[in-house]
Amino acid sequence: MKILVAVKRVIDYNVKVRVKADQSDVDLSNVKMALNPFCEIAVEEAVRLKEKGTAEEVVVVSIGPKACQEQIRTALALGADRGIHIETDTMPDSLAVAKLLHKVVDEEQPQLVILGKQAIDSDNNQTGQMLSALTDMPQGTFASEVQVDGDKVNVTREVDGGLQTIELTLPAIVTTDLRLNEPRYASLPNIMKAKRKPLDVKTPESLGVELGSKVSVLKVEAPAERSAGVKVADIAELVDKLKNEAKVL
Amino acid sequence: MSILVIAEHDNKELNPATLKTLTAAQAMGDDIHVLVAGEGCAAVADQVAKAAGVAKVLCADHAAYGHQLAENISALVVSLAKDYSHVVAPATTTGKNFMPRVAVLLDVAQVSDIISVESADTFRRPIYAGNAIATVKSDESIKVITVRATAFDAVAAEGGSASVDALDAVFESDKVRYVAEQVAASERPDLSSARVVISGGRGMQNGENFALLEKVADKLGAAIGASRAAVDAGFVPNDMQVGQTGKIVAPELYIAVGISGAIQHLAGMKDSKVIVAINKDEEAPIFQVADYGLVADLFDALPELENALS
Ligand SMILES: Cc1cc2nc3c(=O)[nH]c(=O)nc-3n(C[C@H](O)[C@H](O)[C@H](O)COP(=O)(O)OP(=O)(O)OC[C@H]3O[C@@H](n4cnc5c(N)ncnc54)[C@H](O)[C@@H]3O)c2cc1C
Ligand SMILES: Nc1ncnc2c1ncn2[C@@H]1O[C@H](COP(=O)(O)O)[C@@H](O)[C@H]1O
Repeated sequence: MKILVAVKRVIDYNVKVRVKADQSDVDLSNVKMALNPFCEIAVEEAVRLKEKGTAEEVVVVSIGPKACQEQIRTALALGADRGIHIETDTMPDSLAVAKLLHKVVDEEQPQLVILGKQAIDSDNNQTGQMLSALTDMPQGTFASEVQVDGDKVNVTREVDGGLQTIELTLPAIVTTDLRLNEPRYASLPNIMKAKRKPLDVKTPESLGVELGSKVSVLKVEAPAERSAGVKVADIAELVDKLKNEAKVL
Repeated sequence: MSILVIAEHDNKELNPATLKTLTAAQAMGDDIHVLVAGEGCAAVADQVAKAAGVAKVLCADHAAYGHQLAENISALVVSLAKDYSHVVAPATTTGKNFMPRVAVLLDVAQVSDIISVESADTFRRPIYAGNAIATVKSDESIKVITVRATAFDAVAAEGGSASVDALDAVFESDKVRYVAEQVAASERPDLSSARVVISGGRGMQNGENFALLEKVADKLGAAIGASRAAVDAGFVPNDMQVGQTGKIVAPELYIAVGISGAIQHLAGMKDSKVIVAINKDEEAPIFQVADYGLVADLFDALPELENALS
């Protein structure tokens, strides 16, 4: 089968982002960018399914500015076969991304689409569910285990109460949670090889999708800082402070 | 126009996140209807009908809704949505699962995980693991919103007397089937709503050592949480993870033990009223947000704390 993986270029998870002085947005100039960690897990899962012989081809798609091609190359270095870049100057919202991915799904006809559960910049957690509704493919979100079996896939999901397992009829959509796998590192030879793998560039116009969002950002502020408190010498002092100063015991 | 709130429950009891979501909904408008979709969920509908400020309860009781499968719940919600200005649900794993489907089927953008309601169309929400707070305005005809429950107080659970209308519309996808559930049974308070939370990280070294936390938790009536590192290492189950991509908690007292304080962990607990950190590394970033920091080996400190609380 063919697997489509959607990957997003985001700020590196180790970077603590700062807000611009004019409060228009966060400041991403000169900030290290990377593959969204949940997307890395998505790529890894697809590559493992290929290595097991379950999948024949892994196609990655990313939407956004030209620089997204770096993240597509990273995914190719991790073992994906071919990339699609849908180029736009700005990063579209989850609704627009889902509509664009819907077009790609129509063209590519994958049996499985794997996305991250959440992009760590917007923290939206929407796109996979939206794509599922648009394509009428069933969804297994927040997956910690994926087992393909004939025309079905069993997905174990991380939910508030513990774990839930559901069975989906393929073609289906899966979104990844942290425990699904531990992504590999790309080897140098694979990074070199990735440079020669095919990468197709498309535009939203060529796919017939209009961008633009009816949700506008009015302001981006820094959160209220917590002031660092005090160090206590021992447990006795801690318990005393909690009882008599903070009054939480 | 009216506001539709989707109740979170387990077919027996209403999840307290719903009462908090109702507070957020009341800031958007005043004619509030609540949908209870489930299987054998009549008692939940009666419970919701008593909540303050609820005008009407819609109860869809059918096997198709028993496990809150997103395909079925979202189709039901979409069938009702055109009569409402807002569709609102708690940002639990259930709400996160079906609400984006509702949004896209209505062809509107969703606003996720709001922490305040500025007006009927303007909301604040954390982005970048809570390192920035965005104020966003939605011009969509129907506003689809998930609510970070810890950011709102609960409405009174008693005092209301809403009518309960039964819905018999059944939406059932044949492409998805519930197989099984592994629910962690616990006598402890629910992590998301506990008054006190004590969490362990990689410093706990293994799952058995969480017994040290449990003994303290017993004294405090606390829920137990964990960092991602502790969950990934298999010390404790996934539903205990606190953080950006786990559970959000905001208890009166949060005690972080053997947790370094990565931004992803802080994102899930830094709105706690009082934060205590116990860590043997005095440079650990957790101390930057802790009201009370104790530099100590947790294997000495936890038994001492248990004793001091006896
Ligand atoms: C996409 C993504 C999402 C993430 N989501 C989350 C999330 O939701 N929640 C989350 O928690 N993390 C999350 N993380 C992981 C996060 O970045 C950190 O890796 C994680 O929080 C570290 O866990 P820790 O503090 O337990 O471990 P460590 O960083 O290894 O810290 C262990 C601490 O224990 C202390 N210690 C060790 N031994 C002792 C002792 N005997 N006594 C006292 N102190 C001791 C050490 O000094 C150290 O500070 C996420 C990461 C990514 C990339
Ligand atoms: N611009 C994008 N390009 C490709 N995939 C995306 C993009 N935005 C979101 N996604 C996918 O959707 C997932 C969830 O993102 P979100 O719903 O925005 O939190 C990500 O992990 C990606 O798999």
